[in-house]
Amino acid sequence: MTQKIQLNINGFPVDVKPGTTILEAASKVNVTIPTLCYHKDLCVAGNCRVCVVEVAGQKRLSAACATPCEDGMDILTNSLKVRNSRKHIIELLLSEHNADCTKCYKNGKCELQLLASEYKIMTQDFIELLPWKDYTIDMISPSIIKDDSKCIRCQRCVRTCAELQGVNALTVAYKGDKMKISTFFEKPMNDVVCTNCGQCVNRCPTGALVEKNYVEEVWDAISDPGKHVVVQTAPAVRVGLGEDLGFDPGTRVTGKMVAALKRLGFDSVMDTDFSADLTIMEEGTELLTRLKKALKDKDPDVKLPMATSCSPGWIKYIEHMYPEYLGNLSTCKSPQQMFGALVKTYYAKARNLDPSKIVSVSIMPCTAKKFEAARSEMHDSGYRDVDYVLTTRELSIMIKQAGIDFMSLPDMEFDRLMGESTGAAVIFGVTGGVMEAALRTAYELVTGRPVPFENLNITAVRGMTGVKEASIKIENPLKEWKFLDGVELRCAIAHGLINAKTVMDAVKAGKANFHFLEVMACPGGCLGGGGQPIPTNAEIRDKRAKAIYEEDAWKPIRKSHENPEVQKIYKDFLGEPLSEVSHHLLHTKYTSRQRF
Amino acid sequence: MAESYHLLKRADFIFRNENDWEDILTKTIKRTPQDIINELISSELKGRGGAGFPTGLKWKITAEAKSAEKYVICNADEGEPGTFKDREILSRVPYKVLTAMAVCANIIGSKKGIIYLRGEYHSLKEALEKTISEFEYYCKKIKLDFTVEVFMGSGAYICGEETALFESLEGHRGEPRNKPPYPTIKGYMDKPTVINNVETLAHTFTIFKYGAKKFYDLGVQFSRGTKLFSVSGDTPKPGIYELELGMSLQDFVNEFGDGDTKAVQVGGASGFLVPRKKFQETAIGYQGKLTGISLPTGGSMMIYNSSRSMFNVLDNYLEFFREESCGQCTPCRVGCQQLLIGIKAVKRGERPAQYLDKLLKLSETMQITAKCGLGQSVANSFASIVENFREEMIY
Amino acid sequence: MDPIQSLIKELAVKHGRRRESLLPVLQGVVEQERYLSEHSMIEIARELDLPAAEVYGTATFYSFLEHRKMGRFVIRICKTISCSMKGKNQVLLAIQDMLKISTGETTPDGRFSLVETNCLGLCHKAPAMLINEEVYTELTPEKVREILSEYMLK
Repeated sequence: MTQKIQLNINGFPVDVKPGTTILEAASKVNVTIPTLCYHKDLCVAGNCRVCVVEVAGQKRLSAACATPCEDGMDILTNSLKVRNSRKHIIELLLSEHNADCTKCYKNGKCELQLLASEYKIMTQDFIELLPWKDYTIDMISPSIIKDDSKCIRCQRCVRTCAELQGVNALTVAYKGDKMKISTFFEKPMNDVVCTNCGQCVNRCPTGALVEKNYVEEVWDAISDPGKHVVVQTAPAVRVGLGEDLGFDPGTRVTGKMVAALKRLGFDSVMDTDFSADLTIMEEGTELLTRLKKALKDKDPDVKLPMATSCSPGWIKYIEHMYPEYLGNLSTCKSPQQMFGALVKTYYAKARNLDPSKIVSVSIMPCTAKKFEAARSEMHDSGYRDVDYVLTTRELSIMIKQAGIDFMSLPDMEFDRLMGESTGAAVIFGVTGGVMEAALRTAYELVTGRPVPFENLNITAVRGMTGVKEASIKIENPLKEWKFLDGVELRCAIAHGLINAKTVMDAVKAGKANFHFLEVMACPGGCLGGGGQPIPTNAEIRDKRAKAIYEEDAWKPIRKSHENPEVQKIYKDFLGEPLSEVSHHLLHTKYTSRQRF
Repeated sequence: MAESYHLLKRADFIFRNENDWEDILTKTIKRTPQDIINELISSELKGRGGAGFPTGLKWKITAEAKSAEKYVICNADEGEPGTFKDREILSRVPYKVLTAMAVCANIIGSKKGIIYLRGEYHSLKEALEKTISEFEYYCKKIKLDFTVEVFMGSGAYICGEETALFESLEGHRGEPRNKPPYPTIKGYMDKPTVINNVETLAHTFTIFKYGAKKFYDLGVQFSRGTKLFSVSGDTPKPGIYELELGMSLQDFVNEFGDGDTKAVQVGGASGFLVPRKKFQETAIGYQGKLTGISLPTGGSMMIYNSSRSMFNVLDNYLEFFREESCGQCTPCRVGCQQLLIGIKAVKRGERPAQYLDKLLKLSETMQITAKCGLGQSVANSFASIVENFREEMIY
Repeated sequence: MDPIQSLIKELAVKHGRRRESLLPVLQGVVEQERYLSEHSMIEIARELDLPAAEVYGTATFYSFLEHRKMGRFVIRICKTISCSMKGKNQVLLAIQDMLKISTGETTPDGRFSLVETNCLGLCHKAPAMLINEEVYTELTPEKVREILSEYMLK
């Protein structure tokens, strides 16, 4: 069944497979058709109508994104009829849109603005509709701002929330001129099941959904001579940031990022990767402790599978949707919050700083991290552990504002104490990475030997399949882990909350028999986070993943327990994993929330 | 050789009380599917909801679609302003519709029929369900595995659009889907589905009983048979009339007008306004060489006499569409708002008369770019009213 | 279980718990309560295992599935062209005058709500209105006063 369809696009012949849309076919002959509601990650909606094209012999135009090619079609993507219609549609969208572009956070990054610029919409003939409408600007969430006056109703956000995340915090409500994107009963995003993952923000073509930005607050802190400003950077930022600053997707910019942060004026530039390694120590030990309780002590109350707790979107999701399984979550804080708690304790002490004068900033690929940092329980250092969370995008804004020529910056190294990391920490940024890192360490702790895979690469947990399962058999363990001899350690990995739902439903139905579960809220893991450069799609996620694995492969140390700074902090400060100090600073508890 | 269009001719098939529906059903389902489909095709019956798709062809394609599950759906979401014929059919001769659904189901290989009844017609539900249970009882008796369910709408004009109707049946917002795929291949629950208007189904009963020729001999070329017309507005005799297709609008006005008819809105708010000077050249039928203009009509005929302001009429239509557009696609959602606010602005003198030309161009864009059939027709009334009564729109 | 919860359970038993059951269930609640409260929608979401926002988004699409509190008798008067031409406004004024409410409002005693609606399909008997599911046609100010007087006794 390799039947071919032949058609002409703007006079150029093209062969496609049945089921190919006109939009896809056009790209094969170097024709770009403008789109707004279309997004590669999502199902086709065909509602904005910007992509209309002319099919010869038909009076009506067809939406290129939603129309399958037919044999013999003659398609014009730039006829007078198409141009006039498309212009009308852009004008209509602008008439319903708060087009005060110079005062918009998305100024210069807005897809509608770009189209208006391409089509040289110089006048506004149609009557501005906003004065006739009720609209709200929801700024209550610490993560996301929803501004209805800028919404063009393309429904990308609604499809994202439903199809990729299975959260359905957003919906389309009402009809006709009142049709809008809404939450349940139009409550603030902060009061509904929203996980703050920011996938909607990443897909919104305009400024209707944006991250709440803290750029000015961070500049203020940097400029304050009385403050010591510390910054940490998450693993996935270094493989995404370049995209906003002139590099191709998949470019590793770790050294330039560090250099830029230093030039921005941060007093200390350290690495979330350090606390990712620390997470492996704590979480790996926690897993082994749970296994011991379950398999050796036959404790019926021990909760398995144990689930990772690094992804704040996942945490809020399980708090809403599966609150009865909160006991299955690792009690470990996320690397960001571990780092935060240590900055104002361990780091302050080591550097002889007054913790009340420290401002702790993190650069994250994530919008949910803003919410996480604002959680009331995240004050274990005696202060707010992380003061400001910036997304990858916000960091690129600061770099541009500071006039830093990022592309030509020389590479620099992270500052010491909490700046050393391993390959195991870097892969936290990709789905399966936490699992791989944990296995590298746990297997070695238990058997005294490295994991039995070539170059430590546990390929079974890699890749972009929504739910991955893998197992590793433990043979000849060290004496104290004798009870694990012959045990097949089974794990599951899910990324994108819709896949987390699949796994959790299986757990709920008693159909899951694995011990360890890694969940990342965002598709692809953190590298596809809601705070990453726009656009993000499958192709770009693959490139970022490749970059992360390269970074891992290049690291001299690739196992968390071998990180010298991690070894040092246990020696000098924490004692051992799950110690009392660890428990106080590095572990947390969760809150049951409403599902409806 | 085209036939010339004829004078208004009344007919009486639809509401004729046929007490032999059981015989008709029994006899018809004994015929081969091919035979029935051929008869429908030769009758040239076209959909009476407005779009005018050949009914026999629709049944044929669905019959040929491969699927273990198929559906027959009766579209009784009669929401077009000025139409009220389906209400009468379902109250007076529901068994004709049910018989047609059962025959269709038998041909295409379906066991389930659904009548999507608009929420406004809730008062019909009880009696209709009673008829259905009698009907189902008879089906059982003749070993025909077929059941019918009434599904209520809840006040949404757009659900009359067939794919929006499926969405609504499936428990969603009534937002039209992209086409293709068409319902004959992927309809309700993504299964092959025949969806017909109430009146179309009632006509098939006539064809089963009296034969295709009887039907074909009525009407004119491209527009065969009779059609129900819902007559309202400035008329001494508002009501429902079954007329042969192909009459001139002049003849219609002579019969139903009040002697002072200024214009007739044909096809409801989504149809066209025809001014007095074009009555003679306008024939009522489907598109074809014969008809002066194409009037894809569900049979709504709203008559306006010279006391009526065409601005007020248009204002009312546009208000209707502004609210009843599903809102998903840009041209329909925003276009309707712009047309409405635009004519008001011109009327108040806030915009020059030339702004109407900009809006006329917009209405063309709406007609060719909207996602669904209804979205493509919401600007029809605007275009025809502004073209013919421009002076009434201006300040 | 509160009365709303038991009503929704009952409706779910009758219509099923599939997505296709959502509209009949919503309609069933409106038939009893005349509107869908936040509580009702949450309970429907729970019963049918649907996201609450989906229930809200679906309900608000349909004009008859009100989500603001409504009176026991909801008067829906047709505002589309034929009714409008045949004196709908005078009838509307008579209703407003009699109930002392404007369009979109509910009487303080919670008995009547007045809304305008789109075409009811009774254009040949204009002007027309519904009171709950009951149909009234060829209205005049006098006739509507009579009808309402009867409802006031109910």
